[in-house]
Amino acid sequence: MFSSTPLDARNKRIQNRVRILFGLMTVLLVLPVLLILGLLVYKGAPVISLEFLLTSPTEGMTAGGIMPALLGTIWLVSVALLVSVPVGVAAAIFLSEYARDNWVTRVINLAIINLAGVPSIVHALFGVGAFVLFFRFGTSILAASLTLGIMTLPVVIVSTREALQAVPHAFREACWAMGATRWQTIWRVVLPNAVSGILTGIILEVSRTAGETAPIMFTGAAFFLPYLPVSVYDQTMALSLHLFVISTQVPGVPEALPFGVALVLIALVLTMNATSIVFRTVLRRRRKW
Amino acid sequence: MAETPAIRTDRLCLWYRTFQALHDISLDIEQGRITSLIGPSGCGKSTLLRCMNRIVERLPYVRITGGIEVLGHDVRAPEVELLQLRRQVGMVFQRPNPLPLSIRDNVAFTYRLQRGTQRIPRPELDEVVEAALREVLLWDAVKDRLDDSALGLSLEEQQKLCIARLLPVKPAVLLMDEPCSALDPAGTEAVEELIWKLRGAYTIVIVTHNMAQARRASESCIFMLMGRVVEHRPTDELFVAPQHPETADYIEGRYG
Ligand SMILES: Nc1ncnc2c1ncn2[C@@H]1O[C@H](COP(=O)(O)OP(=O)(O)OP(=O)(O)O)[C@@H](O)[C@H]1O
Ligand SMILES: [Mg+2]
Repeated sequence: MFSSTPLDARNKRIQNRVRILFGLMTVLLVLPVLLILGLLVYKGAPVISLEFLLTSPTEGMTAGGIMPALLGTIWLVSVALLVSVPVGVAAAIFLSEYARDNWVTRVINLAIINLAGVPSIVHALFGVGAFVLFFRFGTSILAASLTLGIMTLPVVIVSTREALQAVPHAFREACWAMGATRWQTIWRVVLPNAVSGILTGIILEVSRTAGETAPIMFTGAAFFLPYLPVSVYDQTMALSLHLFVISTQVPGVPEALPFGVALVLIALVLTMNATSIVFRTVLRRRRKW
Repeated sequence: MAETPAIRTDRLCLWYRTFQALHDISLDIEQGRITSLIGPSGCGKSTLLRCMNRIVERLPYVRITGGIEVLGHDVRAPEVELLQLRRQVGMVFQRPNPLPLSIRDNVAFTYRLQRGTQRIPRPELDEVVEAALREVLLWDAVKDRLDDSALGLSLEEQQKLCIARLLPVKPAVLLMDEPCSALDPAGTEAVEELIWKLRGAYTIVIVTHNMAQARRASESCIFMLMGRVVEHRPTDELFVAPQHPETADYIEGRYG
């Protein structure tokens, strides 16, 4: 009575094939990542040492460490964050919680989406025009970070807004019906439940920023500097640009050196991503719906 | 002279854009009683309810004419603070919607709002929470897990919690929009029993599709049809001897 019919057999065959095909695709997706990581570790690991991280490049950047570039990247990313996070999160809260749906907000949304699609080299040129020249910040960490900040703004806004909108509308209604103002609702109910999503978005964005080269190379990052930056008005070296320079512009660099730099850059990014995952799981566990 | 009605509407009309959802509603809802609001789907019950705490105005395209008074005060007067109105006129929704907070924080929510940034001493808060939960007959079930998430409760308990959280700020009126329709029969019975118990202490307006419920659990009954009030009389009279043929048709289940 319950025995298999030819149709069942056929369905089962198709089902198996689909599963194998999709599984294969997934492996294909993971493979390049593993290969890249493997190659970087294999070739770059030999040059990594505490000294590599803590000393400056020497002998025309063909030897020595990467400390100024590592510190520079941290500077650039932190200042960029200070710019884009408050502005982006506030804008997202406004758009998601306060703004009415009319043509103005629609135009703003369109602008945000388009801003996210602007190539980074265009942001770089904008940064030169606006921050380096017009505001007279010169080529400096400030100008470079502002450029990076503006570049990441749309993504921060979009990911924050998505996190806010993932909080069920019924909670807001409940709050309003109890006489809470919009801000009380946001502060007591919406934000606590959206914060893991917001942080995840921000951290992923940061890790992307860390690897950007074009927007910083005209606005504040230098090929080589004999000193470390002490304020946001200084220029700085950066890992991404340093990698570009030693792989293409400087003769006589030992083969392992660029791989070492790349490995440090990737490690930095992965560390941040890992932090974001930890954040997310910790905060999710606290979430109550 | 009779007592001021808890809620009085005077030739109330409401439009959603160009669609008129309420036509000339004039009603007096007595204090301290349970009034049920019945009528076929789409006749404007929820809309009328949502006028009473002005939550309907959150939609930008709503237009209202006529008057609404709560306890003799015009709620549409310019000086009315919406937040104060909503604390006086609490609302319970169809789907239980406790906030994603602990049971304690849910019950304390309105109380904390009212007190602003002032810190509330723990014993005072505990007392408020216990009183509210006792009032809705939930205290014994949850007293050992006040810090658990409210979303872990059964639907029946959640709905009771949603009623409880309105009480700490001493509302005058409780509006309930089909409060039992998401519950199973046992839950419905328990919540009905609770509503019945709250009678006298609060004025309750309850929307329901369940004739038996309207009959069992209300003292006064309003029958609406297509945005108009057809009949508003004591429940037993309305069900035993409806004066309008439409009412008779509806309560006998001939439409909607
Ligand atoms: N937000 C809205 N925008 C436009 N029209 C609406 C809106 N809300 C309700 N309406 C319309 O107003 C009328 C009354 O709706 P309402 O929700 O008050 O009915 P109801 O009696 O509560 O129905 P139900 O028993 O199904 O809950 C309906 O015709 C509905 O389509
Ligand atoms: Mg309704």
